[in-house]
Amino acid sequence: MTLRTYIIARVLLTIPMIFILLTTVFLVMRVLPGDPVQLHFEKMASPAVVAAMKAQLGLDKPLWVQYFNYLAGLFRGDLGKSMQDYSPVASQIFSAFPATLELAICSMTIAILVGLFLGVESSKAYNKPKDHVIRVFGIVSYTIPVFFLGMILQLIFGVWLHWLPVGGRFDPTIESPSGLTIGSFHFSTGLYTIDSLLGGDVYKFVVTLKYLLLPSLTLGLVLCGVFIRLTRTNMFETLRLDFVTAAKARGLKETTVTYGYALRNAFLPVLTMMGLQFALLLGGAVLTETTFSWPGLGRYLIDRINFRDYTAIQGVVVVFGIFVSIVSLAVDLLYAYLDPRIRL
Amino acid sequence: MLSSIFPGLRSLAKRGLAGWLVIFGAVLTGAIVVMTLVSPWISPHDPSALNVGHPLLAPSSQFPFGTDDVGRDMLSRVISGGGTMLQVAVLSVFVCMLVGVPLGLFSSYTGGLVDRFASLIMDSVYAFPGLVLAIAITLVLGRGVINMSLSIAVVYIPSYFRVIRSQVLSIKELPYVEAANAAGAKKGTVLSRYVLPNVLPSIVVVATVNFADAILTAAGLTFIGMGVLVNVPDWGWDLTNGRRLLPSGSWWVIAFPGLMIILLALGFTLMGEGLSELLNPRLGEEGGK
Amino acid sequence: MSTELPLVTVDALTVEYWTRRGKLRAVDDVSFSLGKAETLGVVGESGSGKSTLGLSLIGLVPFPGRVTKGRVVLEGTEVLKMRKDDLRNLRGTKICYVFQDPMTSLNPVKKIGAHFVELIRTHQPKVTKKEALERAKKLLSDVGIQPERINDYPHQLSGGMRQRIMIALAIALSPRMVIADEPTTALDVIVQAKILDLLNTLRDAYGMALILITHDLSIVMERSNRTIVMYAGQMVEYAPSKEIYSNSQHPYSKGLLKSIPNIELADQKLEAIPGSPPDLLNLPIGCHFFPRCSYAFERCKKEVPPLFKSGSEHFVRCFLYDEERKA
Repeated sequence: MTLRTYIIARVLLTIPMIFILLTTVFLVMRVLPGDPVQLHFEKMASPAVVAAMKAQLGLDKPLWVQYFNYLAGLFRGDLGKSMQDYSPVASQIFSAFPATLELAICSMTIAILVGLFLGVESSKAYNKPKDHVIRVFGIVSYTIPVFFLGMILQLIFGVWLHWLPVGGRFDPTIESPSGLTIGSFHFSTGLYTIDSLLGGDVYKFVVTLKYLLLPSLTLGLVLCGVFIRLTRTNMFETLRLDFVTAAKARGLKETTVTYGYALRNAFLPVLTMMGLQFALLLGGAVLTETTFSWPGLGRYLIDRINFRDYTAIQGVVVVFGIFVSIVSLAVDLLYAYLDPRIRL
Repeated sequence: MLSSIFPGLRSLAKRGLAGWLVIFGAVLTGAIVVMTLVSPWISPHDPSALNVGHPLLAPSSQFPFGTDDVGRDMLSRVISGGGTMLQVAVLSVFVCMLVGVPLGLFSSYTGGLVDRFASLIMDSVYAFPGLVLAIAITLVLGRGVINMSLSIAVVYIPSYFRVIRSQVLSIKELPYVEAANAAGAKKGTVLSRYVLPNVLPSIVVVATVNFADAILTAAGLTFIGMGVLVNVPDWGWDLTNGRRLLPSGSWWVIAFPGLMIILLALGFTLMGEGLSELLNPRLGEEGGK
Repeated sequence: MSTELPLVTVDALTVEYWTRRGKLRAVDDVSFSLGKAETLGVVGESGSGKSTLGLSLIGLVPFPGRVTKGRVVLEGTEVLKMRKDDLRNLRGTKICYVFQDPMTSLNPVKKIGAHFVELIRTHQPKVTKKEALERAKKLLSDVGIQPERINDYPHQLSGGMRQRIMIALAIALSPRMVIADEPTTALDVIVQAKILDLLNTLRDAYGMALILITHDLSIVMERSNRTIVMYAGQMVEYAPSKEIYSNSQHPYSKGLLKSIPNIELADQKLEAIPGSPPDLLNLPIGCHFFPRCSYAFERCKKEVPPLFKSGSEHFVRCFLYDEERKA
């Protein structure tokens, strides 16, 4: 089939997928042993209190009405109200989102950079000791629980060396980066790295990096194993291609040949793998944010779980699900564009 | 029995690096399993006993792994702490295979709408972050060994499904399968006698990876507080506990349990790597001298 | 034949590939010498080791191959003993390589001009980009391509043009020796002749040595001074090209000659050599050519023949030419 047909089909496919996801989450939340509100109070509240909360949250209506309201609300961007204080879940998620985004981008960047570099070195020293060491590193890094690695790094760099902060996203004693303000025009992304630069505050930029370093390093190292392996295999094949040998025969420098010639071709699969790793990234983010008290969606989720705030949990899971669907759609489309064989 | 193991080992070793990986991984895993099984007899102290020593003692000759904040001996806790995790891992892999393998076989062999539909669901589950899914299911089911195993199992069923499916799809069209069908064999027979044996090696490889992942996911769930509630020594629990103690620099409370988790998962991973290499040797790779 | 000291001497060169299934000798005890403005033809079937031989001269034998014996001496320097960096500098400047397939030998994402700039500036960093491009234009016209083409990408040019560009890149820095591996195989017949002529013209103009590696005996006979015939990694005959034509001695060479179509013969029977090339991992004990040789006798089955001298400059690896036997 043609690219166009595939794109349309794939996009259309996403709609029922998201729909199934939303419905599943809805049903699961109401199929809990007991109902969400009672579980929230751990069955210790009086019926009056339970009824009051149900009314506030619209959980006293018949199931199909709730379902309809749920879907309608999603279209409007309304994810329900928190059981803690009835504030809108959507805005809570919205404010926690940039922190996770920043962590995700930095971690993925580190994972790719480390993965590419080590993968290249590994392929060049094929089957020699250096190669084995790097491969073992890749396997071990994947096997380390991300929170364990995080704690070890916290221990070394935070507690023993006092070089880096142990947790949090920014120095609590100073104002967080606020972005660009010209007169009454204000623009901020929520990403402290960018916002501090927009505001021209280099000191805050440095502070941001200090807090960002350990969490993203932790998550990045755990993710890089896959990229090491992928790059190594691809580079090994690419380095055998004719134009690489021809380049070597012209006496071009090693680095030119490796990075300018071979890597360009090996890079593409890395790009698509990035998308596939996204799910792992989210899972890892939950654990990393908990370890480093990073105020993102992951920590928000755990928070809400501890508080037994089921409406908020439902909201987060929905957001996660939609996120993943969109990313996997993007990855599939990108892959189809780049590799015509997949569309068949 | 031992005499039949040795020739097996020797043939594995002959296969080069991959064989050694399998041996090493198996030994590592086996050692940990054995240690856990005999822990009641070999741990120097009762792992749950409080104040066996002063709290937060650094490793010493008396307490090689130190003590935690309520004076429990870390060495004993490390020796005995694998039980829950192993139970969860074994149970979840078992359930996973029980559900995933037949599902994969049946769906991909049948083909058509059934296959499309099943694949769709499996792909959606597969794409979803495993940990979050496990968290959600544990929320629904509640805590406990069985529930945790079930939630982890659900996360990994798609892995089996996909691997089996790709294998079956390539075997399905082969002449000897067609011949069996033409001779009127029942679908079940074809699947179990012809298809399954060929798919078996891949299942084994996926299973080892599954084990490793199950252990890591179980550790993760415990870390965020969704672990098993019973007061047994557990490495994951020690990590959560140790987190509070981090600012005091008591590294031994997390280092040793964490190391054990890594070793256990590593054992399975190495076995998986080795097996995968043995069963699907990579083309064009030379055994470097 | 020039009476000067040879430009390059190769001595007992042996290249082995160490694979999972065993060791194989792709190049076995090859020796020759080449002077300025001379062409050496290396002829053989695929698998005869001729390409490996070419690559080994510049130290680019691909993994898992390695040179296990022998020397390559260029103007007094032992090439294979050089430090990595020095060897790298040698490539592209003193010894240049022209590859078989111009489609895959040029970097598809780089413009033609960029190839030259990169090459020139790697070895002569002081040259500016502008100067490099000027030189590129001149080189292109030397090989018969319009200078404007430096702004094109490889895929925009025909096979013949790409090969010319490979040659231009090879002579860009006035090398002492050029190795051309099947330079015309991927091209059609008319273009073949032009490319070969070009190579010889450049050879004379620059006074360099040229090694022509090919499976096509007819090419080397006309255009090379001396020829090596290779079989299963070994040099089975090494002689002036004219002599290979008029007085080929090794049974294999004779067989090759017989399989060249000659338009002048009215009634030519093309004879193919029976059998197929040996599996290098499972070589027979004696002469490698024994199974296919119609002149073979007992000794051939058991011993590997050394190189015998059968003329003032003619060498054959065949017991037929063993002095002791020729009684």
